[in-house]
Amino acid sequence: MFVRLVYESFRRQKRRKVLAGAAITLGVTVATAMIAVATDIGDKINRELRTIGANLVVTPQEDSLDVEIGGVNLKPPTDGAFLSEADLPKIKGIFWHNNIVGFAPILPVSAAIPHEGKPQDVTLTGTYFAKKVSYGNEEFVTGAKTLYPWWKVSGAWPDDNSRDVLIGERLAAKLNQKPGNTITISGRQCRIDGILSTGGAEDDEVIAPLSLAQEILGKPDAVKRVYVSALTKPEDAFARRDPKSLSGAIYDRWYCTPYPQAIALQLTEAMSHSHAEQIRQVAQNEGAVLTRIEGLIFLITLAALFASGLAVSAAMATAIFERRAEVGLMKALGAGKLAVASVFFAEAALMALIGGAVGFGIGSALAHQIGHSIFNSQISISPVLLPVILAIAVIVTFAGSAMAIRRAVSLDPVFALRGEL
Amino acid sequence: MSHQARDLAATRAHAPHTSMFLRMLVRAAVLRRGRAASALFAMVVAAAVATAMLNLYVDVQAKLQREFRNYGANIILVGKDGASLPDGTLAQVDSALAGRGIAAPFGLVVARTADGQPIVVAGVEFDRVKQLDHWWSVSAWPATENPHLSQNRGEVEHPVLVGVRALPLVSPKNQPFDLSFQGRKLHVTPAGTVQTGAAEDSRLYVSLADFISWAGVQPSTIEVAASGSAAEVAAVMTQLAQAIPAAEVRPVRQIMEGEARVLGKTRATLLAAAALIILTAALCVLSTLMGWVFDRRRDFAIMKALGASERLLNGFFAAEAAALGATGAMIGFLVGIGIAAWIGRANFHAPVVPRMGVLPIVLAGSMAVTLISAILPISLLRRVQPAVILRGE
Repeated sequence: MFVRLVYESFRRQKRRKVLAGAAITLGVTVATAMIAVATDIGDKINRELRTIGANLVVTPQEDSLDVEIGGVNLKPPTDGAFLSEADLPKIKGIFWHNNIVGFAPILPVSAAIPHEGKPQDVTLTGTYFAKKVSYGNEEFVTGAKTLYPWWKVSGAWPDDNSRDVLIGERLAAKLNQKPGNTITISGRQCRIDGILSTGGAEDDEVIAPLSLAQEILGKPDAVKRVYVSALTKPEDAFARRDPKSLSGAIYDRWYCTPYPQAIALQLTEAMSHSHAEQIRQVAQNEGAVLTRIEGLIFLITLAALFASGLAVSAAMATAIFERRAEVGLMKALGAGKLAVASVFFAEAALMALIGGAVGFGIGSALAHQIGHSIFNSQISISPVLLPVILAIAVIVTFAGSAMAIRRAVSLDPVFALRGEL
Repeated sequence: MSHQARDLAATRAHAPHTSMFLRMLVRAAVLRRGRAASALFAMVVAAAVATAMLNLYVDVQAKLQREFRNYGANIILVGKDGASLPDGTLAQVDSALAGRGIAAPFGLVVARTADGQPIVVAGVEFDRVKQLDHWWSVSAWPATENPHLSQNRGEVEHPVLVGVRALPLVSPKNQPFDLSFQGRKLHVTPAGTVQTGAAEDSRLYVSLADFISWAGVQPSTIEVAASGSAAEVAAVMTQLAQAIPAAEVRPVRQIMEGEARVLGKTRATLLAAAALIILTAALCVLSTLMGWVFDRRRDFAIMKALGASERLLNGFFAAEAAALGATGAMIGFLVGIGIAAWIGRANFHAPVVPRMGVLPIVLAGSMAVTLISAILPISLLRRVQPAVILRGE
């Protein structure tokens, strides 16, 4: 009998059920989409923040002091220690290798370019442009192109295995060179593929494939510094603790959290005779920006959940209020308060489940669409969320109906049937 | 009919027609307090959420731009062809900025330590650097009143901030040491260390006054953190370039582009969220109000049966809806400003400034939603005979 009551109610009152169901579906859609966006926004903004450049730098452990003004090194470049290029792929072998967005080795050397009869001293920086590196079975492409999105090249990016170079825009103007020209750098014929504009020290430099810089320096395998761009978790008090003072499980927790410090330590371990450190200008500030944006979206998600909860309650209340006469009839036929309430709650639960499931599907699609159109990447929504969302939908629907159901069952059937209320 | 009632009827007969209309409006709200209150509540919530979202959307840019200024300079002035900047440049930069940012001069030379090691020494105004470069991890900033006398010998002391990588080389025991530049010596006392993970770690920082009198070199670089939107920063750049022809004005492109991207994406996300939330809230109002109007089909039928014209009926429900929308919007606007201010305080540690420009939008939106939700059921009911409604079918 109970089942039939519920079933007939759905079959006969299609318009009302569709209206209330639509409200639940919409509410769950918004809730699902906002939760998905809120859980993923940190990662998305973190990736956008990586456009500011590297947040970690690896230097040789026993390095001598840099004597550098405005990007120009005033020391003989053969001085000091070097890192080994062969160690570079190991960066992708650290615990947080999935958080490494990219890295680029740097080897500045001084070179001479003949200009108007006499040699002109310039800084030539060897690096990766978009180099294919493999570690184990994994292959990936990394270099200046991914690490420094603000580098503008007019012409083409050189190939990493060639002897083609990029030339900074101020240097190009001084030497009167343009893409396609061939210049002699320290006795080697190199083709200029493009003019580089960065707004920084690179505008006065020649940027060349790493192998060319190593050749000029006469030190194959040498790398002066490695800039690493990694997705990190904003630093907190725990992050700042000295890992040496931590014991067992606490150390593991520190090590397995993508704090800038923890990734720096892992980089130091991965490369021999190296010292990795966070570039505080980038690493410190991105934590602050990230925390603010995450906090904002979190608060807005709360607002969205509240609004959708309210929408569901309002729709349910209206739907039940319209059915006073039915309640009156049931009560007149001898149904108790409990029996009437359980019919309504069963209907509410059924609608919450159906509306919730449909809303979850639409909400996921919506989140996907938002991720695609704003961030050009996927916002993934884990299926684990489905039962949580369904539970929330049922609770909110119950909460929204409770008041209306309580009022409906306490009606005097006589008045309800006469339509006076 | 009692005497009193006759008097009442007489006064009412002479009252203007509008008062009946008004009385109907007021009575409709008072008699069905519960339903009217729930409709108003839905309207207030929707307007509040819309106000808060729109306010945040407008304000978040300014808030995040402030966060991005912690990245330091977004404009750099350097002397053309590596020359020093002329005297008084800093004052010109300050007047061009007019409080819309902070500028810090840097003078750089390569000096030698006592054992002949080359080292970069920078002259800075510690006060300004402290404000510009928040990320510098400094153990102790040198005291800024300078020169100050050391207690024992009455000698002028020159404090120096030592980069962490330079420290073991120049002053492993934190003792005072000598620097020489072109034969001139400067005796400096370490005040603290600086760590940034970048070039600063290998440098020494002395006060600009000490730097100029010792090295005889004027600062060659001024770093400027200009606040405001991308357009405002660009305006500051052109202003600086015009005011100081001896300097080359360069944007720090990595900071500017990163900022533009993050701001753009955040605002887009916020807009999407705002659209979703406002849509939900509007639909909530729509369903509540339509339910309310539908519930009053008896009132509608009685009015019609008593001879009310279509125009009057439409006018009555429309006026009711408009009044509800306007009241809800006003209350909701105030609540929404409160919510936005609270979010600003909780998340950005600065209140979100109320934008009055949001009010007309919220007001118009609210009234549009309430009008639609009143007119829609009315146009459905109009086709039905009053007798059918009154019989409760």
